[in-house]
Amino acid sequence: MFLNQFLLFSALLFCIGVYGVLTRKNGVLVLMSIELILNAVNVNMVAFGAFNDDISGQVFALFIIAVAAAEVGVGLAIVLLIYRNRRSIDVSEADLLQG
Amino acid sequence: MSGILVLAQETTSLTSTEEWVINGFFYVVALVALVAAVRMVTTSNVVHAALYLLVVLASVAAIYVILGAEFAAATQVLVYVGAIMVLLLFGVMLTRAKIGAEDDLDHEQRWIGALVATSLFAVMAYSLVEAFDDQTLPVDRQVQGTQQVADSIFSTYIVPFEAISLLLLAALIGAVVVARRD
Repeated sequence: MFLNQFLLFSALLFCIGVYGVLTRKNGVLVLMSIELILNAVNVNMVAFGAFNDDISGQVFALFIIAVAAAEVGVGLAIVLLIYRNRRSIDVSEADLLQG
Repeated sequence: MSGILVLAQETTSLTSTEEWVINGFFYVVALVALVAAVRMVTTSNVVHAALYLLVVLASVAAIYVILGAEFAAATQVLVYVGAIMVLLLFGVMLTRAKIGAEDDLDHEQRWIGALVATSLFAVMAYSLVEAFDDQTLPVDRQVQGTQQVADSIFSTYIVPFEAISLLLLAALIGAVVVARRD
């Protein structure tokens, strides 16, 4: 099996996730697209771990899974807070920082 | 756990037929994952998007199995398919998403996002093909078992492991504090 077939798969997954983050307005959907991006990175880690016959790739994939769990927990709390304050989770309406 | 990749463990090195079978399996799984991912970012129903994400996450777990990373595959199913999906569906529920299709989920300037994603993929694909042209995974690669992962985490990577546990604690407290009604 080629190494590149895994790397190109993960690059495609990453770019689909980037498209989702850029185009979605719903906050929960943006978080889902970020999960897609993190998964693409994990596929890369595990593929290089198999390529170099090194366990470190898999170990760091596990660390990334833990960080993703923390990220989605805090992210959803923030989205809920935005919903409670503005009755909407449209991220394009959250523009208080715009001058 | 050690039995997931029986095919690869019986012989120390994969025969070409086995390699072909695994390769075909990879392309099927990858196709399913990519179609589900595209549907996820284009569908107009929030709950459907969550369920398409479920398909992508399960397919990625299958790809870990193909690569012989059994513990990562099990963790993917437990953490992503189990915990994170439930969390996201709760998020959909608590923000009172409409049941059924919504027509206001995307920006109007969708093509800018498509342009950025396409050019990003073009750059990445070009550099990947340049760098790893036709390098293959070693044919005699072994399953990277749970025991090796545990040995590595609790010896070489003990400091990052402790940092991760602190991070999870901080995220837990942070999420409770942020979402609390007071």
